[in-house]
Amino acid sequence: MKKVLMGNHAASWAVKLADVKMIAAYPITPQTQIVEELSEMCGSGELKAKFLKVESEHSAMASCIAASSAGVRAFTATSANGLALMHELLHWASGARLPLVMVNVNRAMAPGWNIWADQSDSLSQRDTGWLQLYVEDNQEVLDTVLQAYYIAEKVNLPVMVCYDAFFLSHTYEAVDIPEKQAVQDWLPPHARENILNTKDPRAFNGLVMPDVYMEMRYKLQQAHEEAVAVVKEAGESFAKAFDRSYSTIETVYCDDAETVLVTSSSTTSPARLVVEALREKGMKIGLMKVRLFRPFPVDDICQVLSGKKKVVVIDRNISFGKGGIFADEIRGAIANDPQAPIIFGYITGLGGRDITPELVEDIVMEAEKNERPERLALWKGLKS
Amino acid sequence: MIEIRIHGRGGQGAVIASKILACAFFAEGKFVQSFPKFGVERRGAPVEAFLRYDDKKILLRNNIYTPHHLIVLDHTLIEATNVTSGLQKGGWIIINSSKKPQDFCLPDYRVACVDANELAMKYKLGSRSSPIVNTAILGAFAKATQMLKIDSIVTAVIDEVPIKAEDNAQAAKDAFEQTTI
Repeated sequence: MKKVLMGNHAASWAVKLADVKMIAAYPITPQTQIVEELSEMCGSGELKAKFLKVESEHSAMASCIAASSAGVRAFTATSANGLALMHELLHWASGARLPLVMVNVNRAMAPGWNIWADQSDSLSQRDTGWLQLYVEDNQEVLDTVLQAYYIAEKVNLPVMVCYDAFFLSHTYEAVDIPEKQAVQDWLPPHARENILNTKDPRAFNGLVMPDVYMEMRYKLQQAHEEAVAVVKEAGESFAKAFDRSYSTIETVYCDDAETVLVTSSSTTSPARLVVEALREKGMKIGLMKVRLFRPFPVDDICQVLSGKKKVVVIDRNISFGKGGIFADEIRGAIANDPQAPIIFGYITGLGGRDITPELVEDIVMEAEKNERPERLALWKGLKS
Repeated sequence: MIEIRIHGRGGQGAVIASKILACAFFAEGKFVQSFPKFGVERRGAPVEAFLRYDDKKILLRNNIYTPHHLIVLDHTLIEATNVTSGLQKGGWIIINSSKKPQDFCLPDYRVACVDANELAMKYKLGSRSSPIVNTAILGAFAKATQMLKIDSIVTAVIDEVPIKAEDNAQAAKDAFEQTTI
């Protein structure tokens, strides 16, 4: 069934189709409509889940941790300062190896108070042990939230699905909503051992001495490393069931490209237009969309970028004192490759400023003109 | 690709109008994208909503700056704000007004009018002080631009409007008949 849906409601539909049993949330723009729709679904009885209204995002995540510890599918959604307030418990969710799913609608961190698109909120939770996927359009929102449960429950790790404020969250476009039965056939019911159970009481997450802690961290890292293959497997099996395929990255025209443009989230869409137009003019350019950010799909990315002349990364985010975060991750991933390309890292679109095809083309042509970047953090679209 | 901008005041239903129009174009086989002006809305304050449609997947993810056509839910906005900003020459301006198109001095554009306030009153949509005119005006849009069928608008209204769906649909049909060009 195809329906015209806003990105936020595409997320709500996915949660309903995944048969989530517990939703806890605190409202924050631009996420609110996700849980607003879910509360209506719970109210009308079409979704048989417990909807928990809580007094903060910290409590929302605590509730999800509790529900997931008891072995049920749990969900929450947030943005920006709401996500930041969860920070402590994000570590808890991954450390306790809970297969939670959360949507983070990417919104700028305050101050200055700004509700618009910017990836700095979720990227500053990079080291919390959560998987992170960045998606491009409303169809991918729905499909990725479903895949997030599939992945989370295979690797026992929490998954964050991230998409741009307003450019997706509040934008309506056609979304193919799968049949409930088809989703149930594809996504097995959630069943886990070692859950909170009053009939079989035990203690969880007690004191861990230095003789054990390090091995726990090692296992968490191992789980992340294994998750790369699981993300691919989820995308492939999803394609078999629903005819839409996904992976860790997506490439367009990369095989013979000399320059590769790298994007994530909704920025990928205008970049597709630009790469198509420049190809028609004879330029050897390709596009790589990075969908999986944690674990960082190092091998997949290096395989595409090794031997290229130039890589141009667009970041709608910043790590202050360094530069764009995707650019930096790519530099780190490819550093030991003898055929590493020159990497141009551009920062633009912060706080919801438009990223138009003209702006993307401007970035590509500037990088094309220069042999090397003048500095790690290049800016485009700044007012003079 | 065609780009349309809707001007209204908070509470008049500009955002829902853009969604209904998107649904109607989608039903006619188009690719659609609609969105509100990204920001904070207040009742009575000027608001904008946008729509793109095309025969192929829409890959733009930015605001609309040079729309082909406008829908204006409150004619006082024409004096109060620069509604024609960026509007392409020859574009349609569909205005909710009891006035006639020639009463508006908009020489570069094609103007159509319908008294959507009166139709909202007739079908008791909203209140007298705050009539909801977003469905009626879409009937006028279909009539003037001929870009889509009134039946597509009517079906989209019935599918998307949560209360008084039939009355809203009838308002759109009446507007289709009463539009002055």
